[in-house]
Amino acid sequence: MNLEKLFKPETMAVIGVSLTNEAHPANVIYNKNRLRYEARTFAVNPRGGHIRGDVLYKKLEEVPEKIDLAVIAVKAEFVLSVVEECINAGVKGAVIVSGGFAETGSNELQDRIAALAREAQFPFIGPNCLGVYAAPRMDTLFIPSERMVRPEKGRVAMISQSGGVVVDQMVKAAAEGVGLSTAVSIGNKALIKETDLLRYFAGDPETDVITFYIEGFGKNEGREFALAAAECTKPVIVLKAGKTAAGNKAVSSHTAAMAGNYQVFSSVMAQKGVVEATDEFELMAFAESLSCYPRNIRGKIGIITGSGGHGALCTDACISHGLVVPALGEETRLALKEALSPVLKNIASYANPVDLTGSSTDEDFLAAAHVLSKDPGIDCIIMLLLPYIPGITVDLGAKLGMMHQQDGKPIIAYVPHVEKYRIIVEGFNFYTIPVAHSVEDAVHMAEAMRRNKLC
Amino acid sequence: MLTKDMNDLLQSAHTYGWVMEPYAKRLFALAGMDVPRFKWARSLDEGVSFAHEIGYPVVMKIVSPQVVHKSDVGGVAIGITDSTGLASAFNRMSTIKGFAGVIVEETVKGIELIIGATIDEQFGPVILVGIGGTSTEIYHDVGLAMAPLCESDVDNMIRGIKAVPLLKGFRGSEPANIDALKKLVIRFSELVMDLGDIIESIDLNPVMCSAERCVIADARIMLRK
Repeated sequence: MNLEKLFKPETMAVIGVSLTNEAHPANVIYNKNRLRYEARTFAVNPRGGHIRGDVLYKKLEEVPEKIDLAVIAVKAEFVLSVVEECINAGVKGAVIVSGGFAETGSNELQDRIAALAREAQFPFIGPNCLGVYAAPRMDTLFIPSERMVRPEKGRVAMISQSGGVVVDQMVKAAAEGVGLSTAVSIGNKALIKETDLLRYFAGDPETDVITFYIEGFGKNEGREFALAAAECTKPVIVLKAGKTAAGNKAVSSHTAAMAGNYQVFSSVMAQKGVVEATDEFELMAFAESLSCYPRNIRGKIGIITGSGGHGALCTDACISHGLVVPALGEETRLALKEALSPVLKNIASYANPVDLTGSSTDEDFLAAAHVLSKDPGIDCIIMLLLPYIPGITVDLGAKLGMMHQQDGKPIIAYVPHVEKYRIIVEGFNFYTIPVAHSVEDAVHMAEAMRRNKLC
Repeated sequence: MLTKDMNDLLQSAHTYGWVMEPYAKRLFALAGMDVPRFKWARSLDEGVSFAHEIGYPVVMKIVSPQVVHKSDVGGVAIGITDSTGLASAFNRMSTIKGFAGVIVEETVKGIELIIGATIDEQFGPVILVGIGGTSTEIYHDVGLAMAPLCESDVDNMIRGIKAVPLLKGFRGSEPANIDALKKLVIRFSELVMDLGDIIESIDLNPVMCSAERCVIADARIMLRK
């Protein structure tokens, strides 16, 4: 099944647009796509008529263009015949927004639609979903445009079983400067499931990192997902809900008692190189880090700080997350001392963390980062930037970014996320250096690279 | 692939829903895995002559289709040093419900591990390796992975066990034969892939791991209902 037109349609038909109810999901979807996005969008309703001067087509076949994607937002009992109409009209795929299927016990209706679509090789997302956000092309999330927080266009694909969670992740992505290629709410996943989307985005040239919010897999679905993830060369991140469900039904076996559902999930994800996040914030940190550095590190962290306290907190966090903060070799220590400004030479600390103190300047941070970049015993640098140090300027983010482009070793920056320091954050972001909003968050970003193993 | 002998062993157990120890051990031996020298003795005389053949000390365990957890009913006797000890253990076990003889086997030493398998609804055959023995669920010190396993999977599972220093030789004790353990786990994962359709779970517990070998000291296969 070819999923491309689900995410990259040039033409869209929204089926179920109402003439009387502007709050209807179909109207919300039609309006935002008609007014904001690139896909050429048409409204369909069997009653026909006009909506704000545009034709409301009675049938798909009346639409003057060949349709790539149908957004179906009609009552559950009409969905089957609408899908049939889409197939006959040569539509390439659908997002079925409508509810009233497996989630309310109507499994049979859902199964019939899935069987029909499978037979016709007609891919659809849903039912009972928010669908697809793929700005600037299209957006089927039935949330009024002015209510949405839209992250920048970027290279992370987010797939979620929950529509609410994916919208919330978009808010967080926008706040953290994480750009999205696509966001998908898969709802009841009657036909297209996590594994299908994993395979699609693994081959999507616009996507570098794939994240999943997973509630549960059907029979053997987890196995298929794990095997597909093992073959995927892009970082895959998962967040699991429903970790606490007891799976201890077979008390006659020690193995069954100890291999609960979540333990198996978590172990298999790690086995196949999938990075599991423990919560939504970690998911975002992992996505930001791996979209900048889609690679694996051993986890030998060099810390550069302007404050001893931050360095100590960061060291503790590194150790508790399985990273190491190795002592620096004599050569590196001498090179550091050589490179720092005269006023620091006798007050800076050349251990790891490298403490540049509150007397440091932009040049000292740059020099220290450059020296650690050359040290083969360090595979990632965490830079704890405290912009209230008087010698630091707003240019430091961009300066370090340019240096990183030259030296190539991953740098993760911590900068307090307040409006006042935003220019520093944007300087880093422009050169694809991830910026954490806390010391702990910076450590999560490094951890993501350590856990991102290719099988 | 399962051989005809292996299939016959599994078929014979179908009425009980699980495979008793002597059958299970024969199955694993046929699959090329290390089990102790043992005999399923129906009478005391058979037991005594086998113990004489392999030499004391020996272990005796109840064989009964009604006893899944042998130690819970006094169905395990270890460190039997002579025929008198063998006789008193045999007489005691012969009163246990469903008595169908006993296993007499050589004493194997080492660190007690568990190697297990379960068929997970979402992930299919899954393998478990960890600290074994009757208290295994209390320590819950195990690694899990989806079968079939490659060597690096097994390395990672072993590395994830908290008590791994015990295997590496703790305070002057001999290190366990990690290579033998890895081979055993990989062979087991292959066998589980073949058995996936008929089993519910397998416990090899304990597997005794010493400097020389890793031996399946007890085994139980629960069949799918």
